[in-house]
Amino acid sequence: MLTYIIRRLLLAIPTLLFISLAIFLLLDLAPGDPLSQMPLTIPPEVKEKIRIALGLGEPMWVRYLLWLRQFFINEPLHIIANMTGWDIASGAQRVISWQTRSPVADIIAQRLPQTLWVVGMSYLVGVLIALPIGIVSAYRQYSLFDQVGTFVSMVGFSVPTFFTGVLMIVVFSVQLGWFPSIYDTTLRVHDWGSFMQQVRQMVMPVAVLSLYNAAQISRFMRASMLDNLNQDYVRTARAKGLTENVVVLVHVLRNSLIPVVTVIALGVPTIFGGAIITEQVFKVNGLGQLLITAIYANDLPMVQTLAFIFAILIVLFNLVADVVYGVLDPRIRYD
Amino acid sequence: MTDATADRPAAAAPRPARSQWWDVWRQFKTHRGALVGAAIFLVIVAGVVVGPWLWTYSPGFIDIRARNQGPSLMHPLGTDQLGRDMLARTMAGGKVSVAVGVTAMLLSISLGTAIGVLAGYFRRLDNPLMRVTDLFLALPLLPLLLVMVTLFRESLSGRFGPEAGTFILIVGAIGATSWMQAARIVRSAVLAVKEQEFVLAAHSIGTRRRRIIFRHILPNVLSPIMVSATLGIASAIITESALSFLGLGFPPDFPTWGRLLYDAVDYLQQYPERVLWPGLAISLTVLSVNYVGDGLRDAMDPRIRGR
Repeated sequence: MLTYIIRRLLLAIPTLLFISLAIFLLLDLAPGDPLSQMPLTIPPEVKEKIRIALGLGEPMWVRYLLWLRQFFINEPLHIIANMTGWDIASGAQRVISWQTRSPVADIIAQRLPQTLWVVGMSYLVGVLIALPIGIVSAYRQYSLFDQVGTFVSMVGFSVPTFFTGVLMIVVFSVQLGWFPSIYDTTLRVHDWGSFMQQVRQMVMPVAVLSLYNAAQISRFMRASMLDNLNQDYVRTARAKGLTENVVVLVHVLRNSLIPVVTVIALGVPTIFGGAIITEQVFKVNGLGQLLITAIYANDLPMVQTLAFIFAILIVLFNLVADVVYGVLDPRIRYD
Repeated sequence: MTDATADRPAAAAPRPARSQWWDVWRQFKTHRGALVGAAIFLVIVAGVVVGPWLWTYSPGFIDIRARNQGPSLMHPLGTDQLGRDMLARTMAGGKVSVAVGVTAMLLSISLGTAIGVLAGYFRRLDNPLMRVTDLFLALPLLPLLLVMVTLFRESLSGRFGPEAGTFILIVGAIGATSWMQAARIVRSAVLAVKEQEFVLAAHSIGTRRRRIIFRHILPNVLSPIMVSATLGIASAIITESALSFLGLGFPPDFPTWGRLLYDAVDYLQQYPERVLWPGLAISLTVLSVNYVGDGLRDAMDPRIRGR
């Protein structure tokens, strides 16, 4: 198992290098000039100096290698230095955002908690809703509950989040006035009142994302339960005289959860991608909104870094899914 | 393509009444959701194709004195902030959205089928092609799509005009980032088919490889291709609307469903009903297509068929 994990981690390095090259080239070969927003009154020789100061004069491969060094060596050093107070990163060039002139990592660190709160909470809620629905739908296949559950989950992953989100704002903010339509990120939770305010503003984004997640996971849960319910070991368990609860919730559920857990792990990175839209709808200033504003402002370092962080998440959770599958299912051996 | 292959087995079978596609249709008919979905999808497609001829109001006509109106006989869905007729705009937007969905699906399915067949049939190509597929699966797709659209929009608009340029860009971007699932499914189907005796027989009488692929392999892996094609339409429509919704899709005066929704969000407080029509149209289309895909998958699965 350990050798498998090490081998997969080593294999992830060329994958990530390739993805970083793809992201770098896509942004580098694209038309568009970071200086196009500058006033036309700047003389050409000054403009040329600005270009060189931004590092745009070097050949492409030099810039790629420099970017790699910044991303993989300098930034981690700075993060460690900030956390421990050691002086190991002084003088190392950081990845600077062209919009704000501050290090990209600092801005991301400011935005990350909002995304993690909303996305993490919605994924948790989605899983907690999806599992019981999937179990009951499979146990009572073709019953009314199953039919309704199938329809709701079909609706859940067909209706895009930017429509459910807007619809919820229309109903619950405009008509009923229960929840605020805009997420207030300056809110600090210090007493019960502000805590309730935080809960109220999180309800709608979390509900939108968790409906979408629950729809997909409950389908997988149902299919996986159906695969197991007709197996011989279930009949054996019933013949032993175990109660129906024990048969379904212990014997069948444990085996059915194995593929579902990997699906849950595989879904984590796509959730970050889907959150881009939801964050835009509810004006949550998380990573997704940061990406959109960076794209609008032609802020290449920020876009590259964010896209690469999403790529790392995908590779990482693919690995996690495979490892978890191997740990949970004793039939799978990676040696 | 579908019709041609649908007819051929029927003519060759000894009893034409029970061909493979007849069985598929019979099973498909029993899936009520799929039938309703197919009907709704046909109605929507007919509405956006034929509708503009029946409702001849121009989607771009600005009548500033009739702006922000509610539903009336003149304007069944009301008008927007510039007095443009919402029904005409929804139909015009639907034409673009459905066209993008179908074209992007065709592109991604051809790419996916080509790569899947090559990887499944030629053992030498299998490993490199599947590594490429894995790499594409590891790409952060939505961020990359957004970046692609913003970076290449202006140059393509300059070359092909704003509408055609954006259409080519969005269809190309969606097609290039959504072929991986189809490639994987087709590859595994090809791997199963190519070891069967009829392929060996065709090989032994000296049939050339290209002919084996087109004559023997492709018709036999058609069902997974059709299922993923159907589901591909749905995801392409959603992706296009998402791009338009983020303001990175078609130009503002060029309506698509996502763009109409994006424009309506600004007037959410005053005219909340205006987000409803484009949103409902997207959701209904995607839902019906997904149901058709679900029904097709059941109908084409021989383990379920005949139950």
